[in-house]
Amino acid sequence: MSEPLVFHYEVDGSDFTSAGTASVAVKKSLRQLGLPSEVIRKLSIAMYEGEINMVIHANGGTADVLVTEDYVDIILKDSGPGIPDVEKAMQEGYSTATAEIHSLGFGAGMGLPNMKRYSDEMSIETELGVGTTIKMRIHMN
Amino acid sequence: MKISTVKDILNAKVLCGEEELGRHVYSACGCDMMSDVLAYVKDQAVLLTGLVNPQVVRTAEMMDMVCIVFVRSKQPTEAILTLARNAGIVVMATDMRLYEACGRLYINGLQKDEVKQDV
Repeated sequence: MSEPLVFHYEVDGSDFTSAGTASVAVKKSLRQLGLPSEVIRKLSIAMYEGEINMVIHANGGTADVLVTEDYVDIILKDSGPGIPDVEKAMQEGYSTATAEIHSLGFGAGMGLPNMKRYSDEMSIETELGVGTTIKMRIHMN
Repeated sequence: MKISTVKDILNAKVLCGEEELGRHVYSACGCDMMSDVLAYVKDQAVLLTGLVNPQVVRTAEMMDMVCIVFVRSKQPTEAILTLARNAGIVVMATDMRLYEACGRLYINGLQKDEVKQDV
């Protein structure tokens, strides 16, 4: 595998019930590639949380997954409102989600912390009114 | 613990995945907040919840969980069951409340960490 394999997904921000479909699809593709199950699980949970966040906060966006021999990268990009205080958003339990989102089982303030928990490297670039790009890397070993 | 034993203990009705009742679960999580499930649970677990929406199935699928129990007689839609079938996840429903359902599984040997000996 010299060139990285790339998977690209559009995340629909209009429908909460379909949130997570890209993560399900990527999980299936990576299983077919025969990646280690622990890597697949970490990646799919991290991506799923990111997808949910994009639907809740940013009206959707794009998700790209790059698979190389040594690592897998997930790049989540949205054109949402941006994150005003990243440090606060990284705290477990801190959430700006609405009561409606809580009733759907999310908005517990665990999304970004879980993304950090399951990835080996994570960076957040965000600008108010412009959008947010989150990059996560998971090593194969 | 076999999924069929979970069914018997909870007096639950199987809604899909009948053919998978012989599989084993090694831990359980009772929770309505899916992000909490995503933070803590191990694989081959059973998820007990009072939340009924497609994200419950997707959460279980991401965690490689093999069984979902809806408590308090909550009935999932056919769309939710179709997602579960496609993911190979057993879905059942029990009249019990979340607290009682978790408690009964716990005292019968399904505890938070992997059970060494099958029950």
